[in-house]
Amino acid sequence: MRNAKERLMKSVFLLSALVFIGAVALIFLFLFANGLPAIAEIGPLKFLLGREWSPNEIPPVFGILPMILGSLYVTAGAIAIGVPAGVFTAVFMAGVCPKPLYTLLKPAVDLLAGIPSIVYGFFGMVVIVPSVRNLFGGDGNSILTASILLGMMILPTIIIVSESALRAVPTELYDGATALGASRERALFAVILPAAKSGVLAAVVLGIGRAVGETMAVIMVAGNQARMPVGLLKGARTLTANIVLEMGEAAELHREALIATGVVLFVFILLINLTFSVIRRERVR
Amino acid sequence: MRRKPFDRIFLLLLWSAAGLTFGTVIFLVGYILINGLPHIQPSLFAFRYNTENVSLFPALADTVVIVASSLLIAAPVGVFTAIYLVEYASHTNRLVGLVRVMAETLAAIPSIVYGLFGFLFFVGYLGWGFSLLAGSFTLAIMILPLIMRTTEESLKSVPDAYREGAFGLGAGQLRTVFRIVLPAAAPGILAGVILATGRIVGETAALIYTAGTVAQIPENLLGSGRTLAIHMYALSTEGLYTGQAYATAVVLLALVFSVNALSAALAKKIARR
Repeated sequence: MRNAKERLMKSVFLLSALVFIGAVALIFLFLFANGLPAIAEIGPLKFLLGREWSPNEIPPVFGILPMILGSLYVTAGAIAIGVPAGVFTAVFMAGVCPKPLYTLLKPAVDLLAGIPSIVYGFFGMVVIVPSVRNLFGGDGNSILTASILLGMMILPTIIIVSESALRAVPTELYDGATALGASRERALFAVILPAAKSGVLAAVVLGIGRAVGETMAVIMVAGNQARMPVGLLKGARTLTANIVLEMGEAAELHREALIATGVVLFVFILLINLTFSVIRRERVR
Repeated sequence: MRRKPFDRIFLLLLWSAAGLTFGTVIFLVGYILINGLPHIQPSLFAFRYNTENVSLFPALADTVVIVASSLLIAAPVGVFTAIYLVEYASHTNRLVGLVRVMAETLAAIPSIVYGLFGFLFFVGYLGWGFSLLAGSFTLAIMILPLIMRTTEESLKSVPDAYREGAFGLGAGQLRTVFRIVLPAAAPGILAGVILATGRIVGETAALIYTAGTVAQIPENLLGSGRTLAIHMYALSTEGLYTGQAYATAVVLLALVFSVNALSAALAKKIARR
């Protein structure tokens, strides 16, 4: 009797674990089964490298290069803004922050991590868009605006992961450096930061993943024009935005082309995730 | 102490980066609060939503329903999986590695891809239409890895002596897990579940094409309804109700912050032990 119950529950636990595998398999299956035929029909090169996206033309044209570049530029901008600010903040927190200040700064960073992306997007819409418009001209919905907003959004990821990497560096390294006459600042810059290099890199990769996958906040500030990006102060559309904006009224090949956009996004994310695992594995070794 | 020029510049850089981060938080949260608090009025919580009174009450109710049903689906699966990995599977088991890789993959998938999958599978293939049920299942898959990982960590933090003691007194494996290990790990598991709640409350992209955007409390789980986050998206893109959008942002922030604080407090409790 008791044995039967033990065995039953063990299979329930095992079944739960199998749900993970099933879920990933289902996601793969449904995305690829619905997206790949469209890519085949449009032609892989024409789809990936096509410079025009005009789903309502006759015949329709489905090229997602504008969106691939849009995602790329916006992410690069976010990294350019978020990484220096984030890594230096992490060095500050791990190395020179006075204790009372730390008890303020740490919860503030956690707070930033918890803010929903829709609130970020709203803030971008009512604050950053007008500021960019007034400072640099244009209508404010631009690659620059999206980069600034995404830079803010990846800040907590970069800070939290980098800080723990910096703290994981053995204190002997710091003590050795200062014993050799290095100042605190030089020890942090020339010894601790290089020692935590792969951890910081992992933080950056995580930040890239978050920026590429972000949807709602970007939609609200990027302008979303489906054309080849023309400048920092002009609008652009990301892969994620393409899906949300048109899925509502798309049908047939158009709908499948949007799902195929999701497939491309998914593959990008998997590659980024793979990079992250490789970096982490090297760290462990 | 005299500082060299390099040291001074580097220190200045560090302070300004930290200042920038701190300033960003204060400015963002402060701006939303200052502009939103005056718009929090009783009419925002009226039972019905209409164009004259864009009440957030239906969205709030839908949020509660979606949180409850997503957790109901994901919590048992996530916790049971962690139990299997920590308490049952041997370390050489191939399945363990595979499940971990799957969990990592799930954790990396962006929410819009979840939305797309939910739209294709739950809404379309299973024929549930835009519904709270489709939204809940989509989010349940999304939060699975989070619940599993936090549960796994808190199970691992339970000392082996507890298990040995229970076995020594003649308890079976199942009894040990449910009577000894799970109660000891409960705060950590709860912290993970609450953290997942925070993610559900803030989620938008995965819900637009699964739960839909209708501002109502549906009669059952197969009806469409918008959560607070989607409500806010609708308000801010319509552009007519900026005041109410600010107020919704305040409610959303308050909800997410208190949920996260609760989770952190629980996590601290287990770390102290």
